[in-house]
Amino acid sequence: MSLHDQSLPELARNISHGASRNIQLDRRDFLKILGGGLLVCLAPASAWVQESGRAFGGHELPKDVSAWLHIAAVGKVTVFTGKVEVGQNIRTSLAQQVAEELRVPFDSITMVMGDTDLTPWDMGTFGSRTTLTMGPQLRTMAAAARETLVQMAAERWQVNAATLTAANGKVIDSKQSRSFTYGELTHGEKLIKTVSGEEHLTPATEWKIAGTAVAKVDGRDFVTGAHKYPSDMILPEMQFGAVLRPDGFNAKLASLDTSAAEKLNGVRVVRDGDFVGVVAPDAYTAQHALTSIQANWNVPTQPSHEGLYEYLKSNPETADENGVQHVAGSVKEAMASVDIKLEHQYTVAYIAHAPLEPRAAVATWADGRLTVWTGTQRPFGVRDELMEAFKLNPAQVRVIQPDMGSGYGGKHTGEAAIEAARLAKSAGKPVKVIWTRQEEFTWAYFRPAGLIEIKAGVRRDGTLVAWEHHNYNSGPAAIATPYDVANQVIQYHPAKSPLRQGSYRGLAATANHFARESHMDTLAHSAGLDPLAFRLKNLTDTRLRAVLQAAADKFGWGRSKSTPDRGFGMACGTDKGGYVATCAEVHIDAATRKVTIHRIVEAWESGAIVNPDGLRNQVMGGIVQAIGGALFEQILFANGRILNAHFAQYRLPRFSDTPQIEVVLLDRKDLPSAGAGETGIVGLAPAVANAIFAATGTRLRNMPMAPAHDRQHESGTQFQS
Amino acid sequence: MADFILNVNGAHVHVQAPFDESLLSVLRNRLHLTGTKYGCGEGQCGACTVLLDGEATRSCLVAVGSAANAKIITIEGLEHDGKLSAVQQAFLDEGAFQCGYCTAGMILSATGLLQRTPKPTAEQIVDAMNGNLCRCGTYPRIVAAIQRAAQSMPAKGANR
Repeated sequence: MSLHDQSLPELARNISHGASRNIQLDRRDFLKILGGGLLVCLAPASAWVQESGRAFGGHELPKDVSAWLHIAAVGKVTVFTGKVEVGQNIRTSLAQQVAEELRVPFDSITMVMGDTDLTPWDMGTFGSRTTLTMGPQLRTMAAAARETLVQMAAERWQVNAATLTAANGKVIDSKQSRSFTYGELTHGEKLIKTVSGEEHLTPATEWKIAGTAVAKVDGRDFVTGAHKYPSDMILPEMQFGAVLRPDGFNAKLASLDTSAAEKLNGVRVVRDGDFVGVVAPDAYTAQHALTSIQANWNVPTQPSHEGLYEYLKSNPETADENGVQHVAGSVKEAMASVDIKLEHQYTVAYIAHAPLEPRAAVATWADGRLTVWTGTQRPFGVRDELMEAFKLNPAQVRVIQPDMGSGYGGKHTGEAAIEAARLAKSAGKPVKVIWTRQEEFTWAYFRPAGLIEIKAGVRRDGTLVAWEHHNYNSGPAAIATPYDVANQVIQYHPAKSPLRQGSYRGLAATANHFARESHMDTLAHSAGLDPLAFRLKNLTDTRLRAVLQAAADKFGWGRSKSTPDRGFGMACGTDKGGYVATCAEVHIDAATRKVTIHRIVEAWESGAIVNPDGLRNQVMGGIVQAIGGALFEQILFANGRILNAHFAQYRLPRFSDTPQIEVVLLDRKDLPSAGAGETGIVGLAPAVANAIFAATGTRLRNMPMAPAHDRQHESGTQFQS
Repeated sequence: MADFILNVNGAHVHVQAPFDESLLSVLRNRLHLTGTKYGCGEGQCGACTVLLDGEATRSCLVAVGSAANAKIITIEGLEHDGKLSAVQQAFLDEGAFQCGYCTAGMILSATGLLQRTPKPTAEQIVDAMNGNLCRCGTYPRIVAAIQRAAQSMPAKGANR
């Protein structure tokens, strides 16, 4: 990048001194360090604040500067945002949107992301919010920058700005056949412009860079091994740390003997209460030291996966205020008059995110200041955790998030960062901590398990008139039904989870869609209606109808009848601004009962498409990831211990599990772009369940639906996968 | 600690390490070749795959001492004179990654496959690659990339 890298931390400290939430830009300092040019800041904008509405971890969207953009004297554009790249391709898609509005070539843009010293505060990268909120914010700044540059050119030429156009990094006066490059305009200038979200944005119908399949930024670095992930960071004199883990959750240290570890060359043992860690000059010695520690732990008796769903239903978490209740009409009265009544329970297991790069951090202390490189979706959240752990102020902590080995909602927290910082502080040298796979499986957090109960009533003609949906523990995401039902009771019941649980791609939308779309399918069959016809009969949402019809058309829905060895199923839904419909063809081996997902067609719509190639990749990835939770992924646990904390025991989708996948994208250029990293995951499980039912007449209501053989007595399935 | 001379990416490099330290750990932590990734340390994910005498091998399961006489190729050794290998180029052309953390292992496994079987069937690709995990779920693009690489390579299958 063209900025003075060394000066940027200094710059940021100048900016962020004082109240961390209320950045006071010292404009002269900023431009002095950036070396002149044009700086555009997005200042308080009531639109963003109102739009955010809900709180995430106590933070609203920032009420101060939320992003900034700098055009250097040479015309190089640098965009600063607190969002992070984790494989969802926003480094590329956000840069496309800036290039579009600014009218510059795509490759003139550098994105600085997820660095708490260099970028404005951001609550984190989750909830499919980047495309929805950060996209328009960056576009607004870029449009303002463009207008400013046009104005500057107009003043130099002494012409009306309305006669000028901006294109390809230049302001052009076509009447006089003359132009200025942006660099010529910003050269020698020290300008700051503040905008508040009122700029006119280029409609998607006129996009030339946004809306196209621009290849991933720095793609070459990912095929040559040059890209540095958090776990690849190396500092001079860096040591390797490892942490002693308890024998189970909620364990207390009963006895400890570290004498053997302390005798090893260069090893330092760090003890602080029940925290025990080692620091060694190399990774091998660190692991050797860790295994030579003798420790005994008292592990209390704790619930297991056996009887989990009864446990969740009977252990409400009353302190959790997220309980959502939605009531319309009277389900009780409506149920008294319907022709078809169905009541069933559905369950989803705890599953692991299992990002291929486990938690990792490198921490270094210098002059009372802590810098940590770590893989996280919330660099500012991790900064808060470090501030609290070490009693530091915001100016004393810097968290840097190199583009990481994914997260899927599983890396909101800063465990490895705190551990590395703790060990580095004690060692007086930089320390790297990389969690083992077993640690990642055990000491991270899980996608919540849940029990869902649905009661529904339908008239003989197929009209849905009553719907009652209770979700215990798994979560409220997409709990509302998109179908037209006059009488509804829909409620989320938070529970005391026996395992640490948190965010996951799509949150509870997977569980709620699995239950709802399985139930809808059962109702359709009970009413003697085709599943597509039954859905359309009870659905007026035009965007959802459009994806449903698009998926059905591409799939050839209704062209063949299901047979005992081949079933067809469908499901649809919407969440977080994305609309999805999934059709599945499933093959079932008559002898072994092995389920093979043969073909998936998924139609997707999330407004105007920013990058069709990236979008296709996300939707396809969601489908593949969904296969695991649908068929075989499940965390097994007992007495505070995870029983399958290895890839050999916890099966993930592999090449051989991957069906033929066709993704149909609907590009609604008339609608705002929404995020697409999550909701593409929700349709697969119910579509497969419905296909298995169509083939065999067996209704599977527990995810995973075809777990390993020794688990089948619990899930009640006879199917293999 | 023992002294080893390793043949890595065509160069002889001296390294001091315990005999039983994994090749993965030595590559990453002592030679700073961080393109090879840790995913599980148990040979279950393929992120650490390197070529040992042309065979795709899980470097987390190989003691450095037993790799001392082998030709080791890591992801850093596939590019020559600024030109990507056919497999690297195909992954780039197909956009066969999301977070990219599995990519090095995928490319080395695919390179090993194509050296052995220059024109693999779809089934042979799945068989050879099934030990490599991509949690982002880009498998269809990876299969397409391998097929593309197979088409772009000389029939003899020489891929250095």
